[in-house]
Amino acid sequence: MAPAQTPKTGGSIHVVVQPEPPMLMQGLNQNGPTNMVAGNIYESLLRYDEKLQPQPSLAKSWEISPDSKVYTFKLQDGVTWHDGKPFTADDVVFSLDKFLREVHPRWRPIANGQVEKVEKIDDLTVKITLKQPFGPLILSQEVGGAPMIPKHIYDGTDYRANPANNTPIGTGPFKFKEWKKGSYIHLVKNENYWQKGKPNLDEIYWEIIPDAAARAVAYETGKIDVLTGGSVDVYDVARLSKLPNSCVTTKGWEMFAPHAWLTPNIAKGGPLANKQFRQGMMFAIDREFGKDVVWGGLGKIPTGPVSSKTKFYSADVPKYAYDVAKAKELIKASGYKGEPIKLLALPYGEVWSRWAEAIKQNLTDAGVNVSIETTDVPGWTQKASNGDFDMTFNYLYQLGDPATGVARNYISTNIVKGNPFGNQGAYVNPEVDKLFADAAIAPSDAARQELYTKVQKILADDVPVLWQLEMDFPTIYRCNVKNLVNTAIGVNDGFRDAWKE
Amino acid sequence: MNLLHFLSGRLVKGVLVLFAIAVLNFFLIRAAPGDPAQVLAGEAGAADAQLLEQLRQRFGLNEPITTQLWIYIKGYMTFDLGFSYRQQQPVLSLVLDRLPATLLLTGAAFVVSLGLGIVMGALAARRAGRWSDSLITTLSLVFYATPLFWIALMSQIVFSLKLGLVPNVGYETIGANYTGLARALDIGHHLILPALTLGLFFTALYARMMRASMLEVAGADFVKTARAKGLSPGIVSRRHVARNAILPVVTLAGLQAGQLVGGAVLTETVFAWPGIGRLMFDALVQRDYSVLLGVFFMSSAMVVGFNILTDLVYRIADPRIEAAS
Repeated sequence: MAPAQTPKTGGSIHVVVQPEPPMLMQGLNQNGPTNMVAGNIYESLLRYDEKLQPQPSLAKSWEISPDSKVYTFKLQDGVTWHDGKPFTADDVVFSLDKFLREVHPRWRPIANGQVEKVEKIDDLTVKITLKQPFGPLILSQEVGGAPMIPKHIYDGTDYRANPANNTPIGTGPFKFKEWKKGSYIHLVKNENYWQKGKPNLDEIYWEIIPDAAARAVAYETGKIDVLTGGSVDVYDVARLSKLPNSCVTTKGWEMFAPHAWLTPNIAKGGPLANKQFRQGMMFAIDREFGKDVVWGGLGKIPTGPVSSKTKFYSADVPKYAYDVAKAKELIKASGYKGEPIKLLALPYGEVWSRWAEAIKQNLTDAGVNVSIETTDVPGWTQKASNGDFDMTFNYLYQLGDPATGVARNYISTNIVKGNPFGNQGAYVNPEVDKLFADAAIAPSDAARQELYTKVQKILADDVPVLWQLEMDFPTIYRCNVKNLVNTAIGVNDGFRDAWKE
Repeated sequence: MNLLHFLSGRLVKGVLVLFAIAVLNFFLIRAAPGDPAQVLAGEAGAADAQLLEQLRQRFGLNEPITTQLWIYIKGYMTFDLGFSYRQQQPVLSLVLDRLPATLLLTGAAFVVSLGLGIVMGALAARRAGRWSDSLITTLSLVFYATPLFWIALMSQIVFSLKLGLVPNVGYETIGANYTGLARALDIGHHLILPALTLGLFFTALYARMMRASMLEVAGADFVKTARAKGLSPGIVSRRHVARNAILPVVTLAGLQAGQLVGGAVLTETVFAWPGIGRLMFDALVQRDYSVLLGVFFMSSAMVVGFNILTDLVYRIADPRIEAAS
């Protein structure tokens, strides 16, 4: 943290958002760009610092009962919605128990599986009672995961068809002003924000610029103040961050901790279903090269399923350093006869194509017969969803806790068609299933750590997916923009505390 | 009467063609893998079967394909272009919202390229073999062959970043809140780079075609006759050569005009121009069927319309065509 400075008030800030969000009603849509813009409009009960410790937001304090089953949240005083109506416990109960339970793919399983009831105690107190202890609950209240929805606007309506979706109403530091489709989204300061003196900025313009190189030029010419993570090509990051008056940070992604890997389709049988073969491929891939050359040195090599940035990470697992001789040996021992394997590249831009080529070269060197298959985004989504691939890239957010962000990729109950972000390789291991299930509801963090350490060891040995990179998405911004990133979800938490010198 | 007969015949044919295009588009788009529900869920990074089911139900994607086709055709009969899955707005309003920006861009590019192309082509033909001809032909070859996106980016780097003359992206200065003349000037300022970039390619095309066509006509007997009559080279070139040489250029202009809607995907993307081309590209990436179909239909209608118009212009430019048709 820089030495404390008194924030200046006023000014506007221009930020890129890409692609254009489908809508800004955060309860109904959780796309990356939606979350990025709407995090200024909506708020949730809690925020999280970069160590993933809960901080007050709409809840000013909270208590957890000794048996870890009852959570009591005290709400901030004097909070109003953007239309002037007061925010109360009724809104919280409506959001968590009705609205999000019906429409939110991340909150729904928690609400249905873990939550016994959500009750209003008085206007400023809400109690959540769980069926059993569930550690991740305290991390589930991030604004994209559980935004507060105004009951007086949505209760009793068809949520998705409500015309208010076009003019979102939240409690956040900025209010929706205008959306010029294809050009920009304009947010203005909420003069009645509950936290006195905030926000510092008067306006935010979210500009929609589809071409990555044009975004870089727009930043260089001074049109844009902030390039959010992933908005310029990887190879532009170093150059742009070296410009005078340009700052860069990789913070603000601790909650999501995106983890990239290759998913072998185990369900298809053949060599990919063979553990030795998969281990061989792990030794064959030069992951350092991928990180340093393809990703411009951004990120870190993962050891297993859990990101080293999140809770319950364990380094005590079998490791795979780049070793072609060992790779060849294992691949030969697995009985591989040169069966062709198609690598379905991820159509998320140049860098993924280059990465596929580098990995293909590595695997070819170790004697694996690989070819690259390409498609567009909807095509990839469909193939990945339906298990119609030999091997594909994927990357997923860890969501702060292995129970919500990690287990879903390895447990056999999550082998479902239609969703590209489940257990797509169809890995089945009853022991892993049991460890993840027990760990989610173990009463203490120590007990959970023990189970997660065990499961990480098993998975790193079994290689259900080939972990490639703990990804970094640097935010590039002008150094006169202060206090931009200060929570575990970075710019997604909005510009409440940011100011411009 | 003859003209009216011609016109009505072409209009009836045009409507039939449009209907066939509409049906073909419907099946072509659905032949591509992936659907909007999966894309929306994929972009969210998390989904469960229930969410996908909810989405499909809302979009009517779980209806049989024939029912979907019937709803689509019925809508188009009443000028209802459907509802965007992703943007939650009627397609017609989305398209109309983007139309002015596209027409401004492609219209400006059209005028610039047609005017410049004809003049440059004619000039090159009159000076065939001389250095000015070589310069024009070389330049038009370069602009014809260079990828548009590269020219677009280079022009941004040179004219926006290095020289600071013009803005590199956008339709107007965001946050400036100009009105009236100031706004028009601001938009004009933003228009310069994209219109020139888009125009360059067609300028090159027109110039090459005009030159070739002029040289061909210049060797014809009637031109020799005109010269033999003692007419000045300027009059021969304008009245006898250029007028006859312009026909292929009209054909080409008709084709470009047909692309005024939806023909500028690349330029609009690189210059963040909020037009139809980008609407279409985004819709394609997101499998927003109804928007895609709407834009396809609008652009097809434009192409058909301009084909009819081109035929009319032909008849005016060269009355012999009437006799032949």
